Amino acid sequence: MSAVATKSPDLAPITDIASLREDFPALQQRVHGQPLTYLDSAASSQCPQAVLDAVVRQQSLDHANVHRGVHQLSERSTLAYESARERVRDYINAASEHEIVFTRGTTESINLVAESLGGSRLSAGDEVLITWMEHHSNIVPWQMICERTGARLVPAPITDAGEIDLEAFDRLLTDRTRIVAFVHISNALGTVNPARELIAKAHAAGAVVVVDGAQAMPHKRVDVRDLDCDFYAFSGHKMFAPTGIGVLYGKERLLEEMPPWQGGGEMILTVSFDGTTYNALPCKFEAGTPNITGAVGLGAAVDYLARIDFAALEAHETALLGHASERLTEIDGARIIGTAADKASVLSFVIDGIHAHDVGTIVDAAGVAVRTGHHCAMPVMDRFGVAATARASFALYNDDDDIDRLILGLRQAVELFR
Amino acid sequence: MNELQELYREVILDHNRQPRNFGAIDDADRVIDGVNPLCGDRMTLYVKLDGATVQDVSFRGTGCAISVASSSLMTERIKGASIDETMNLFEMVHDMLTSDANEPPDKLDKLVALAGVREYPSRVKCASLAWHALRAALKGAEHEVSTE
Ligand SMILES: Cc1ncc(COP(=O)(O)O)c(C=O)c1O
Repeated sequence: MSAVATKSPDLAPITDIASLREDFPALQQRVHGQPLTYLDSAASSQCPQAVLDAVVRQQSLDHANVHRGVHQLSERSTLAYESARERVRDYINAASEHEIVFTRGTTESINLVAESLGGSRLSAGDEVLITWMEHHSNIVPWQMICERTGARLVPAPITDAGEIDLEAFDRLLTDRTRIVAFVHISNALGTVNPARELIAKAHAAGAVVVVDGAQAMPHKRVDVRDLDCDFYAFSGHKMFAPTGIGVLYGKERLLEEMPPWQGGGEMILTVSFDGTTYNALPCKFEAGTPNITGAVGLGAAVDYLARIDFAALEAHETALLGHASERLTEIDGARIIGTAADKASVLSFVIDGIHAHDVGTIVDAAGVAVRTGHHCAMPVMDRFGVAATARASFALYNDDDDIDRLILGLRQAVELFR
Repeated sequence: MNELQELYREVILDHNRQPRNFGAIDDADRVIDGVNPLCGDRMTLYVKLDGATVQDVSFRGTGCAISVASSSLMTERIKGASIDETMNLFEMVHDMLTSDANEPPDKLDKLVALAGVREYPSRVKCASLAWHALRAALKGAEHEVSTE
């Protein structure tokens, strides 16, 4: 039996996005007696059957540790794990599989860069430039490394629409800026940042660029060489793969230079008490037994996404966002937070007199799953003067019926509270 | 809608719309900040003591209906009560919110309105935040309390 899912490059790209919904078993269920309306994919997305099958096959027949056995299952497992890496490389158009480091997710990817790159390059007087719309996972690791090295963390402000204030960004990007880290698509606002432009500016200033791509992967066909970012971090569980697996893409030259991060098995060549020599990329950054099954699931998710026509996908999601934003005006006192011109299908909103938490509980009774709270982006909440928002996020499997049920749930909330 | 109406009883909605004892007490003996890291909600509790009696109590902050109503009902109930009585009340409320084994004691009176949160594990912390802040205040703590 072959451990490697075969790619089917000959199949025509899928343009009928609505047909994808039936691939997701989780969406076929009812909750509280209502059809499930899952509008929380920005927090974590559901898995298609193809991913679930790949995970079950790997775990039931091909499981063994990787890179260290000569026996049949170990060979299969290693092949499956490395083939997942190759498919991720191909999908994001990285130059080499040495540039694909498997991690636990975006958070771990950013911590790896912050500690290894930041730890070796930053010193007092240096600056790390981020933005006001970052997820806590693209703030706190930088704060920690700045504290350790004496560097300064500088946040670039955002406008009332929730876009990066480009004038301010230009002003704050100086010859002291060593690292620029920003989110490709904001999870709290939906803003799509002009990544290529920001990366080019940062490079012109001599800075290294780290992009948080957690929210971009399920919505955009990301090409790291076209972007020309130095690092790109993302999580499997936001792009239809399981939790516990993610990726740090890094340019080989930089990863090569960086000191190892965690020590242990897999990342070494030789160990003696006189010293240790480190393994080549990407293993240098993958200490310990990795999440093999997760990687296989991510490989299957990438295969799933690779078959989709992203122009059709973006049209589908833009239509959903437009429709949902318009229907929200029917709700008394509703206000959208995040009105960027270029916006992904993430709809953050507040309703006068009803706390987001209550909105979430009430629509849940109608089978509608939305996220409520600060979305791990407290500075964004402060910027817009709200404690929390409700957020409906739309993925490829959502449709207009989901929006109808959301609006119905919101009407119930307003009725109950007025 | 039935379970929802259990949660959002009229008393809760009323106290959310018009919270009682809302605002600061300038000469409070104890001031405690409470945070619910799950949702970022914050409240500040002000307590003025007269010997072993809660002479005055108030709160300020932002939160969901459950947390505002819980704070409001709590302050209404304990104003003028002794510290012992109040601690006792804390235990009873805590039991009511976290275990559905027993019927809530009659002594809880209006506070029984909070019993609906038992069906909503993610909301228990909203209802208990004010009470944790209260207990910390009466124990003389001066730091921030959190629901975690
Ligand atoms: C923009 C953004 N960055 C980073 C993260 C962190 O991802 P993870 O929790 O998978 O590490 C998230 C997830 O919520 C996110 O939305």
